Amino acid sequence: MRLSAGRAKIGGMTNVIETRGLVKNYGELTAVDHVDLTVPEGTFFGLLGPNGAGKTTTLELIEGIRQPDAGEIRVLGEPVWPRNRSLLPRIGVQLQASAFFERLTVEEQLRCFADLYAVNTSRVEEMIRLVGLEEKRKTRTEDLSGGQAQRLSIACSLIHDPAIVFLDEPTAALDPQARRNLWDVLRAINDEGRTVVLTTHYMDEAEILCDQVGIIDHGRILTVDTPRNLITGLGAAYRIVVSEGAIGVEEARGIPGVEAASLEEGSLSLSTHDPAPALTALAERNALQGLQVTGATLEDVFLTLTGREYRA
Amino acid sequence: MRTFRALARAQWLGFVRDKQNWFWILAFPLMFLVLFGFLFRDAGASKNSLAEVGSVAVIDQLPPDAKAQFERLFTVTRYADPAPALAKVRKGDLDAAVEQHGSAVVLHFSQADAVTAARVQGTLSAFIDGANMSIAGVKPTFELRPEAVEDQSLKPIQFIAPGLLGWAVAMGATFNAAMPFVTWRTSKLLRRIRLAPMRTEELISSRLLVSLVVAFVQMGVFLGVGVGLFGLKLTGSWFMAIPLIVCATLTFMAIGLIAGAISKTAEAASGIANVIILPMAFLSGSFIPLDQAPGWLQTISKFLPLGQLNKGMLDVMVRGQGPGAALVPMAVLLGFALVFGLIAARLFRWED
Ligand SMILES: Nc1ncnc2c1ncn2[C@@H]1O[C@H](COP(=O)(O)OP(=O)(O)OP(=O)(O)O)[C@@H](O)[C@H]1O
Ligand SMILES: [Mg+2]
Repeated sequence: MRLSAGRAKIGGMTNVIETRGLVKNYGELTAVDHVDLTVPEGTFFGLLGPNGAGKTTTLELIEGIRQPDAGEIRVLGEPVWPRNRSLLPRIGVQLQASAFFERLTVEEQLRCFADLYAVNTSRVEEMIRLVGLEEKRKTRTEDLSGGQAQRLSIACSLIHDPAIVFLDEPTAALDPQARRNLWDVLRAINDEGRTVVLTTHYMDEAEILCDQVGIIDHGRILTVDTPRNLITGLGAAYRIVVSEGAIGVEEARGIPGVEAASLEEGSLSLSTHDPAPALTALAERNALQGLQVTGATLEDVFLTLTGREYRA
Repeated sequence: MRTFRALARAQWLGFVRDKQNWFWILAFPLMFLVLFGFLFRDAGASKNSLAEVGSVAVIDQLPPDAKAQFERLFTVTRYADPAPALAKVRKGDLDAAVEQHGSAVVLHFSQADAVTAARVQGTLSAFIDGANMSIAGVKPTFELRPEAVEDQSLKPIQFIAPGLLGWAVAMGATFNAAMPFVTWRTSKLLRRIRLAPMRTEELISSRLLVSLVVAFVQMGVFLGVGVGLFGLKLTGSWFMAIPLIVCATLTFMAIGLIAGAISKTAEAASGIANVIILPMAFLSGSFIPLDQAPGWLQTISKFLPLGQLNKGMLDVMVRGQGPGAALVPMAVLLGFALVFGLIAARLFRWED
């Protein structure tokens, strides 16, 4: 199904990224192995996978800076290879390794990118504020900390207000505060209707931010779905933990729906697929001290899909 | 245009803010200029120093035109007594001393420097012969009129400054093309700016502009130091050095791009650039004037871009030739630029 405009509409949504059978080999190694991805407009898409899974390579193929060995890519309905200059102003890219003009200050750096994209220079100030580098505006990029450089690199990728933003591990070097701030920034960008594609090692990040998560390993996309569906799809049990003593182990085992109960380091741990009746029963017995409820996470999804412990 | 300006600005700032750049392309070659300038400061003065003890009528009463010629050839110092003059001749501080006793003109010289002694003797006897003939009323049948092909004031600085400037310009343009692009390739900046809607021509031409500005700064400083400190005298069409330098910058930038394309690291690029430029500078007469060099060396220099640049600059800057003298070197340089440019375009890489 191909429309003359080159954009395929599926269920009323425009797909801004479409790849089919994408392959990239480095000698013997197949870094990207028949990847099919469809990203609808406005989606917050996460590519999740361990080191060397092929995340960066996949992104670079989609951004048009690497030539695929096989397969098709369309971004905003246009081919990306060879270098498609009409597409470039509409995509923003933060590469995994920050690259800057040497010996320029933060401000000059952004100014240069504003000029390269022919956007209003008032964007420079907006970007500085957006990523919180106000105090570093006169600092040369060589003298920035890793996290500050990362933020500047993201600012450079957003300066021209692109329709699609590609971020390769944007939060890798950030402290928890900066990470949360960046999450807010990215969410705001996405709320304006822009498509965001990011790669990450952090399960919590993917779970919190992404509408859709693709899990990639050894160059293959194992699955794509919403984080929620991925987790519930596992059918994993919830774990309910309360302080020891409020209720006996035997009594706990008797609660309807509870599949297992045990004592662990001063806590009573219950396992159930249906937490509501169990919690009600605990509340009736006034046994909710130290309550913790944990469901399955993307980590469990990853473990199940790859058969490997996730090592970020 | 905005892209071009942005790239030129970024590259200019990147260049000027690195003090090492200034050292290598300006201070370093300038050191050679100052060194050579002082070393050869007096060597080129073809005048002989002569002590005139008492009054020597045959010199003092020369007719005006002969007098003028005499003064071009001799620097005369007057002494009342012979003793201090002779001591200076003995030490080699003066080439000769002359006194007149009646009709006898006595020339004192030192045998230590036979060449100078012979030259002084020959020159002086020519004047005395002339004086004898004019007193005898003989009109000379033959007349020898020696004229140097160069500007009569040609001092070593006249050769040194253009040659070293040629070397500096070649070095600047080559390094300025080789190093930044390797650095940008390894830092992945090239790949990053390629994600912006920039054209390759804008990138290359902005680098060219920066290199040209650097070359003109070099030219200004070299000529300033040459003229101000060492009495460099520029001849009429010296301004033709400007288009010459433009053509040379194109050529050496292309060479630098090739060096950058075949190097993995900035260090390797600088090594390759050095290996190309340094021998070329020697073979092109940047450090040693080619006038006294063997013929084969002069032939080789004609086939080197720097040889062409140096020749063109010498012709228009100090040899007093017309603007047309720069045209052939410019054409040859543009030819080199085209060939190297095509090779560079084929080899250019955006990433490793
Ligand atoms: N230029 C290259 N030449 C050869 N092999 C490469 C090249 N780039 C990547 N690879 C290999 O391809 C595989 C995928 O690399 P890629 O950078 O896409 O992984 P990644 O998922 O981004 O990893 P990370 O989380 O560490 O960034 C790796 O095994 C890597 O070694
Ligand atoms: Mg990566």
